[in-house]
Amino acid sequence: MSPPTQWLSATETAAKVASGELTASRIVDHYLARIANIDREIGAYLVVSSDEARRAAQEIDQARAANQPLGPLAGVPIALKDMLVTKGTVTTAGSKILEGWIPPYDGTVVEKLRAAGAIILGKVNCDEFGMGSSTERSAYKKTKNPWDTSRVPGGSSGGSAAAVAAGLCAASLGTDTGGSLRQPAAFCGCVGFKPTYGRVSRWGVVAFASSLDQVGPLTRTVRDAALMLEVIAGVDPRDSTSLDAPVPKYTDALTGDVKGLRVGVPHEYFEGTIDDEVRAAIEKTKQALVERGAILVEISLPNTAHALAAYYIVAPAEASSNLARYDGIRFGKAAAGAKNLYDLYARSRGQGFGPEVKRRIMLGTYALRSGYYAAYYKKAQQIRTLIKRDFDNAFQHVDVILTPTTPTAAFRFNSKASPLEMYLGDVFTLSCNLAGIPGMSVPCGITIDGLPIGVQLLGKPLDEATLLRTGGVIEAVVGLGARRPGGVPA
Amino acid sequence: MPTLTRKEVDEIAMLARLHLEPDESARMQDDLGKILDHFLALATVETEGVPAMTHAVPMDLRLRSDEPAPSLPASDALRGAPAREGDTFLVPAIINGGDA
Amino acid sequence: MSNLDELLENWEPVIGLEVHVQLATKSKAFSSSAVKFGASPNSLTDPLVLGMPGTLPQFNQHALELALLLGVATESKIRARCRFTRKHYFYPDQPKGYQISQYDEPLCEDGHMNLIVNGQIHRVPLTRIHLEEDAGKNTHVGAFSHVDLNRAGVALVEVVSAPVMHSSEEAAEFMRSLHRLVRWLAISEADMEKGQMRCDANVSVRRRGEDRLGTRTELKNINSFRFVQNAIEHEIARQIRLLETGERIIQETRLWDADLGASAPMRSKETAEDYRYFPDPDLPPLVVDGALMGSILKSLPELPTQRFERYIKQHGLSPDDARTLISERTLADYFDAAEQAHPGQASGRTLANWMLSELLGALNADGKTIDGTPMSATTLSDLVVLVENGTISGKIGKEIFEESYKTGEAPAAIVERRGVQQISDEAALWEIVEQVVAANAKQAEAFAAGKDGLFGFFVGQVMKLTQGRANPVITSDLLHKRLGR
Repeated sequence: MSPPTQWLSATETAAKVASGELTASRIVDHYLARIANIDREIGAYLVVSSDEARRAAQEIDQARAANQPLGPLAGVPIALKDMLVTKGTVTTAGSKILEGWIPPYDGTVVEKLRAAGAIILGKVNCDEFGMGSSTERSAYKKTKNPWDTSRVPGGSSGGSAAAVAAGLCAASLGTDTGGSLRQPAAFCGCVGFKPTYGRVSRWGVVAFASSLDQVGPLTRTVRDAALMLEVIAGVDPRDSTSLDAPVPKYTDALTGDVKGLRVGVPHEYFEGTIDDEVRAAIEKTKQALVERGAILVEISLPNTAHALAAYYIVAPAEASSNLARYDGIRFGKAAAGAKNLYDLYARSRGQGFGPEVKRRIMLGTYALRSGYYAAYYKKAQQIRTLIKRDFDNAFQHVDVILTPTTPTAAFRFNSKASPLEMYLGDVFTLSCNLAGIPGMSVPCGITIDGLPIGVQLLGKPLDEATLLRTGGVIEAVVGLGARRPGGVPA
Repeated sequence: MPTLTRKEVDEIAMLARLHLEPDESARMQDDLGKILDHFLALATVETEGVPAMTHAVPMDLRLRSDEPAPSLPASDALRGAPAREGDTFLVPAIINGGDA
Repeated sequence: MSNLDELLENWEPVIGLEVHVQLATKSKAFSSSAVKFGASPNSLTDPLVLGMPGTLPQFNQHALELALLLGVATESKIRARCRFTRKHYFYPDQPKGYQISQYDEPLCEDGHMNLIVNGQIHRVPLTRIHLEEDAGKNTHVGAFSHVDLNRAGVALVEVVSAPVMHSSEEAAEFMRSLHRLVRWLAISEADMEKGQMRCDANVSVRRRGEDRLGTRTELKNINSFRFVQNAIEHEIARQIRLLETGERIIQETRLWDADLGASAPMRSKETAEDYRYFPDPDLPPLVVDGALMGSILKSLPELPTQRFERYIKQHGLSPDDARTLISERTLADYFDAAEQAHPGQASGRTLANWMLSELLGALNADGKTIDGTPMSATTLSDLVVLVENGTISGKIGKEIFEESYKTGEAPAAIVERRGVQQISDEAALWEIVEQVVAANAKQAEAFAAGKDGLFGFFVGQVMKLTQGRANPVITSDLLHKRLGR
């Protein structure tokens, strides 16, 4: 029997619209009703674009009725992380400083989704400017993990992960700078995919750290991630860092075959403190791959230990620069009653930014000061090269690298005693952004408390296909199957 | 060495145009100090002759052909402005080229 | 400023210039928004120019080409690979909170500007030429400033001279030379009144004979050639006077106020500005390959100072005339075209004279420039040849010029129509001379007796009888013969 509409994968949804079994309008109405019902509790959405979504759905239905060709995502309702710029719809990046900002343009990935027939359901919550690992840093609201509403959904794409996990959209697009797609995916039992740096355009993506940011899909299935990637990947002349490389049909990568696949296991990623249940799930995953003909290879990524420091210098440095444009002059919020220009800047930014953002701006400003630049930013950029070389060397002997996504399953709200403690949770995901390689998290188990566990796969630059192939097998063997989160109505 | 003085915190806040209340400033000094201590280890990593990372897949800058595209109408450009006067953005007076 | 001259006996100024030149591209440096002077406020922006979230820069190919052209014209070393840098400061005319510029890897280095000083070529070394984007404009109105971002993002090159100029005159000449060069190569319109070329001056002084450099100040807000010289002179004098009374020079930035004829320090902030430069992660390295360099080099025309030297050497022009001709490329091209219309038949000197006095005189009176000349180079050359080969006299030539300039009729045709060919036949002229002398016996006697001034009278009479067509030289000869001296 077909699952209820809200649990259909994006692929299944598109197929049912294409075949005429379901109309886009029915699907959209269904999701809108579910959002109205459930999102009060979960808090994934910042903006629900009901009118726009219904209009778009009608257009799809009319096109289908007229036998016009439909795009690959026609009728599929998508939620967009509020870091993605949407024309005519408020975009805040989770910050008060952009409260009420209505962009006059669409980002490239949004244009591509629309062109593919996707229905934008609305904008979902995130840590302010992507800075955070729990979505607790959103200036607007708390988002809860649908598997256990006393716990965080992860961050910064927590809204995306919660919406996908709770059946409040068919799929979502988020952003990933240090793990912000993969960690929430792991915490919420979803698939989170960060493409190779430059694979997807950053035009229309609110910049956090320019050399680390990438847009990626957050989905219920690996096939959905492949489908979304096909739509959003590709060179964009508006993004000078986007790669001019052909976009393969990623959905063809899901062959189900991992015979002879060399899976690298970096010992540095297994030496620290990792939850027993997480370890066990990763072990099971490795065994499952071996049973299907994969070969495990012990590898070393010696510069892993420096990834955290390198990341927490490069990312804040670039962020401090990218956030210099928020000054209350041309858009966003300005402080009232500023006595002079300095005041206007300092108070607008002081009031408009949350504490985590301010902390990172300060850190970044410190690292870029003349006299400190060489010791911090330049040094960190050199360490990135060393980290990339580690991966290049490893990929001489392996096709894909396997690690835990996170050391633990989803933690409770307010459980991190300090900013540093929060940062330490990102250890496994950071290197991927620093090296610019693609990375993916796939569900591979569940704790005794009913919390999802994710396994991370890292690949060669532009080898998204191998990740998808491997992830597809993991999903089939040790994935969550039809299991649904306990914190929301089925 | 990287432990921050209060004066440094104030200097950085000024460079970054962030107004911090006194308690914010104190917390910032503490938080940043701890984070920066954590980064001391970086200094020990041997990076002589290692180039700074530019791109995962090395590339050169693409050039755009010099064709003008339509601009935003001034009304759209100014739509979200917190303070405006006619077709210009409004800020407190900039005196003598300085900014205070 | 004789007082300054006295001061300069003991003190040597050291001056470096930083000149910002707007490149003549149709769209901006990193955005496709159009470039236009005088448009209504904030009508030339787009989300990128406004610094909106999610926007990214795309570099203008033509800006690169123009910058490279300037680089090769100044014989600079061109980097095969360079980066753009972010330069951070908070100011309302800088929407992103940083300017995209170049810091430690400028596109061009170690070139030189050729100045013409006392009729000779004089080189001033350049430290660097780099690419950057312009800021918008702030206008002070009462308690507020109004921000217009039309100019924000326009492509600029910054040309930095070595700090090796030693007089305000030299600095002004540097500006004029750079102005001439960028207009010559169509790199920039460089209209200082439109802010398309702006300069900051770094000025210090030291006792003559000393090696060490004095403390320097930076002078800003110099937006005309006249101000360049005045402002720098004023600063030199200010510094010398301070030092002579035992005071120190404060390293600061000073704004020139043309109305007051003085400069004042910009309000200094407690902390020095720290631009926090780092390579712009949104822009991969800029590569200048052999093919591009090749096409730029091929497109390089004869440069102003090269033409200056050629005009002197090849055509024997005076340095002053040569310099005037190269002040605009269209003038020099006009001269070359005129010179080539009838090779060998009219000397360069003569052509230059006719251009500089008759043609420019007429254009000036009309409020026109050489670009709007109604008389083509060929036509002028035709006319000059007619004078040079004796067909018409110089005096008649001037009349023909006026008519041809006004009506566009070919000079030869006018000569033919008016029948004003010069009479150079000696026999015919001798008859007329005899006639004139015979008719004015009294004056002939007076002249013979020593009244020199009467010679002109006789020339005038001959001209009257010939409707001005008598060859003046032959007439003069024959008159002397007939009058006995």
